[in-house]
Amino acid sequence: MGDVLRHAWVIARKDLVLEFRSRTALVSAAVFTALVLTVFNFGRDPTAVATVDLAPSILWVTFTFAAMLALNRAFQLELENQALDGLLVSPISRTSLFWAKFFANWVFVSVVEAIGLPLFVLFFDVPVGGVLLPLVGVIALATAGFVAVGTLFSAMVIRTRFAELMLPVLLLPFLVPPLIGAVQVTAQLLGGRPLSEVTGWLRLLAAFDIVFLTLATLLFPATVNE
Amino acid sequence: MTLAQRGRWVTGTALALLVAVYVRALVFTPVERFQGLAQKIFYLHVPAAWSAMLAMGLVGLASILFLLMKDYRFDRFAAASAEVGTVFALVMLTTGPIWAKPIWGTWWTWDARLTLTLFLFFLFVGYLLLRGAVAEASLRAHYSAVLGICGLVLLPFVHLSVYLFRTLHPQPVVLKPSAPSLPGSMLATLLFSFGVFTLLYVGFVMQRYALALAREARGDG
Amino acid sequence: MLRAEGLRHSFGSVRALDGISFTLSAGQTLVLFGPNGAGKTTLLKVLAGLTRPEAGRADVAGGRRAVGWIGHQSLLYGHLTVRENLLFWAALYNVPKAERGRRAADLLARLGLADRAEVPVRFLSRGLMQRATIARALIHEPRVLLLDEPFTGLDLAAAAEFRRLLGELGGAGRIVVLATHNVDEGIELATDVAFQTRGRFVHFAPRGARGAAEIGEAYRRAVASG
Repeated sequence: MGDVLRHAWVIARKDLVLEFRSRTALVSAAVFTALVLTVFNFGRDPTAVATVDLAPSILWVTFTFAAMLALNRAFQLELENQALDGLLVSPISRTSLFWAKFFANWVFVSVVEAIGLPLFVLFFDVPVGGVLLPLVGVIALATAGFVAVGTLFSAMVIRTRFAELMLPVLLLPFLVPPLIGAVQVTAQLLGGRPLSEVTGWLRLLAAFDIVFLTLATLLFPATVNE
Repeated sequence: MTLAQRGRWVTGTALALLVAVYVRALVFTPVERFQGLAQKIFYLHVPAAWSAMLAMGLVGLASILFLLMKDYRFDRFAAASAEVGTVFALVMLTTGPIWAKPIWGTWWTWDARLTLTLFLFFLFVGYLLLRGAVAEASLRAHYSAVLGICGLVLLPFVHLSVYLFRTLHPQPVVLKPSAPSLPGSMLATLLFSFGVFTLLYVGFVMQRYALALAREARGDG
Repeated sequence: MLRAEGLRHSFGSVRALDGISFTLSAGQTLVLFGPNGAGKTTLLKVLAGLTRPEAGRADVAGGRRAVGWIGHQSLLYGHLTVRENLLFWAALYNVPKAERGRRAADLLARLGLADRAEVPVRFLSRGLMQRATIARALIHEPRVLLLDEPFTGLDLAAAAEFRRLLGELGGAGRIVVLATHNVDEGIELATDVAFQTRGRFVHFAPRGARGAAEIGEAYRRAVASG
């Protein structure tokens, strides 16, 4: 077990070093997030619907798309010089590889969200002051779910034709339950209503995370072994 | 008899019985009081949804068995089931609005059954697209199995989401015949239709499986 | 010690391995000749543990930990320096932390890369990249070296250099399996020679005193008839 975690950390750290050294992916994802938020702003009629009603949806649709963009990078990194084969030839367990990618993806997406959230607050004048901590908690919870399934699928999609198009088509149905939960809880928080009313959704989010993280860990070896 | 021939027999029988379902539904089953003639499409709509669900369940099961035993027959079966499931899901998604409009006044609602079937449709299409995008047989089978299992596990979450959504945002009360409270002859027609659709599923899958075998033998599986 | 027994593997209808069995012990260098599509890469992948064969088994004493792999791709990360790549690989192979720096420095020196140690790999010339690849494969001191057409894309000078380095560092009590489709490459390194066509060995014998010309002739005859 110690080995599994240690190897996972070595690989995850390598991924993060590569990512932050070349910065292209990070900057692209951040700019994309800002652009989507901008499009949402111009895509609505502010006199028809109050911003605060739309805000949770805007936030989460933006995060969903940004996450999908970011998820492709995990295994793209390994395409260069066929490094993935190197990882597979080494004595690390497949589980280590999955957890490494999951963790690196989760950090990456979280960084993009950390850039997106202040922009969101700024563009749509959303009052997050009192509920920042629970909001961050919900974001982390939902993101874990996105990234669990996303990491598994991006491992598969990398070897198909039209990888960039395949990933959204396969992944989006799976992002809907955590998305719904996240939007409901976010709406609750932004509306200043107590979280006790949405325990059902929180439990759904948590259950989704646990179930799919476990499932992805179990199924990942099937995607890289031959 | 070869698999294909047997499959054709089963499908033929099922189609003949389907006609019997139509006749029974239209002529011998009483017209529902509040919804009138349009309600009759219910006898196609619900069993089609059931067949799509059955197809997905079997895709998931076959996927698990494939990963455990590496027997490509399970992969072939899963692919056949997914294709047939897509057809049934489409039938349900097209008959659904045709039924919903006169009954609920709207072409589409996000109720449990329609939503779940819509997701089934997306999962099936994704599954088939994935298969189409991978050339190598072993990789294709493994990837499909992973997707199939994930898809099956997703369904309860979709159902739960819809349920939570509706309790939080109650929809206007609609008149909607649900199975247990159906009077005798309607229930009989419905059950008959379930049986026929299941038979239809079996027949289609047999034929599709036989087709896959034939293609592989010819060398372009 | 390396043993293969009754290896069989197909890709769809193509038989890549059709009943291959052999044994190698320390100090033996097997050079495997065969045309493209003969299944050489598949054989090496099975030996490396990358591919699980449909039938038969391959045992490498020490498992994946003891195997070093060199293919035509470098398996290095372009944005990491040479040294960082080596340290990463050392960590994957559980080389003790205290050892890693020393071994890396040692290999860098012996392969003439010491002055390029801090250069990101993507800036290296093909020849230097090849040396870095050898360093990568040797950092964990593997007892078995598997080389899959390593001369691909190298000009005559670089290939000669590679053969020389291989001769110096490759032997030394190791088991080496070198797959190539070109009889002139690497024959002088061999202690044993095998020809593979259509998934089978049509020849497997010690090289003895035979030179490139003689082996080449035997190979051409074997390929023409098989």
